Amino acid sequence: MKKDKSIFLNGLLYENPTFVQLLGMCPTLAVTTTLKNGLGMGLSATVVLIMSNMLISLLRKIIPEKVRIAAYIVIIATFVTIVQMLLNAYVPSLYSSLGIFIPLIVVNCIILARAEAFASKNSVGKSALDGLSMGLGFTCALCIISAVREFIGSGSVWGIKLYGSVIKPVAIIGMPPGGFIVLGILIASINAIVAKRKGGNE
Amino acid sequence: MSSQPSIISLIIAALFTENFVMVKFLGCCPFLGVSKKLDTAMGMGMAVTFVMAIASMFTWAANHFLLEKFNLEYLQTIVFILIIAGLVQFVEMFIKKAMPSLYNALGIYLPLITTNCAVLAVTLLNVQNNYDFIHSILYGTFAAMGFSLSIILFAGIREFISEKEVPVPFRGFPIALITAGLMAIAFMGFSGFAI
Repeated sequence: MKKDKSIFLNGLLYENPTFVQLLGMCPTLAVTTTLKNGLGMGLSATVVLIMSNMLISLLRKIIPEKVRIAAYIVIIATFVTIVQMLLNAYVPSLYSSLGIFIPLIVVNCIILARAEAFASKNSVGKSALDGLSMGLGFTCALCIISAVREFIGSGSVWGIKLYGSVIKPVAIIGMPPGGFIVLGILIASINAIVAKRKGGNE
Repeated sequence: MSSQPSIISLIIAALFTENFVMVKFLGCCPFLGVSKKLDTAMGMGMAVTFVMAIASMFTWAANHFLLEKFNLEYLQTIVFILIIAGLVQFVEMFIKKAMPSLYNALGIYLPLITTNCAVLAVTLLNVQNNYDFIHSILYGTFAAMGFSLSIILFAGIREFISEKEVPVPFRGFPIALITAGLMAIAFMGFSGFAI
């Protein structure tokens, strides 16, 4: 049981794919303009990650070593296509605002990295848990970034206007440059907090 | 066939106003990962340009002659990523045999291109925008050149930063991201520019 807990916390905190491993930067920067988009992207990627991790773990003894990357990509692309169709059918507004970044989940490095580093070596249950925790870590990171960007960039959170009549929102934070700058400052703050905590323990 | 944009406006859009990295956030992983040194950035840029041009050509053909004929458009993502992965492998083998010096220069970056989202994105955008054969190849080539332009500029700036004293929490990745943000502001200056 203890092992499972450590797998779970690993993805969420200690090896958070976005803030610590710095993987999957394209969707992180591109779709985090509003909290809704960030959450939608995070959850879609989580679903793909859990499903592909499970299937790859099931097939880990069958897939030949030499063609494994190609096999992983086909498996991931299949699940991405399924998610894409589901989103198109049930949440068309999210589908159109995420746009090209839904098919691009295929080349999200987090998913391929977990397939190669974890699912190809571990049991189905553990791989599913790893997919869940990495996916949730990714989702949390996207939510934090998108909430900050939406709050500063358009003066609202989850589409609810919070200010804007007296103080004007800083529109540039919602635009491409803001994505880079907000992520940079967030990672720097995390570095500062981690350094302070380590300093305090010693 | 819907109307096609003029070639010059397509090139300017691909290079500046819709720059893949700075405006569309495509290909951020290699942009941030392989930009510590100027010469590796150049190698990456060249390799990506090469693959994106060829990938645009092949995926256009596959989409036009195979998927559209049999109403299989929903398979685009899977088919395109397979074509790209195969192509990267093939290009790697070909360059290794035919141009060993180029292979030594690009070597390690070639396999990385499969997971560069800019390549898959350009092929999907070609289809979305209904570009014909010539426009697809041109868009692929110049979008990749736009990518190379920004990664080379960025690597140049990062080489300077690495010698400067940056506040400790900002060292490494955060300062690189903020630099990229400032570059993106500069690229915003191009927006709205069209011929």
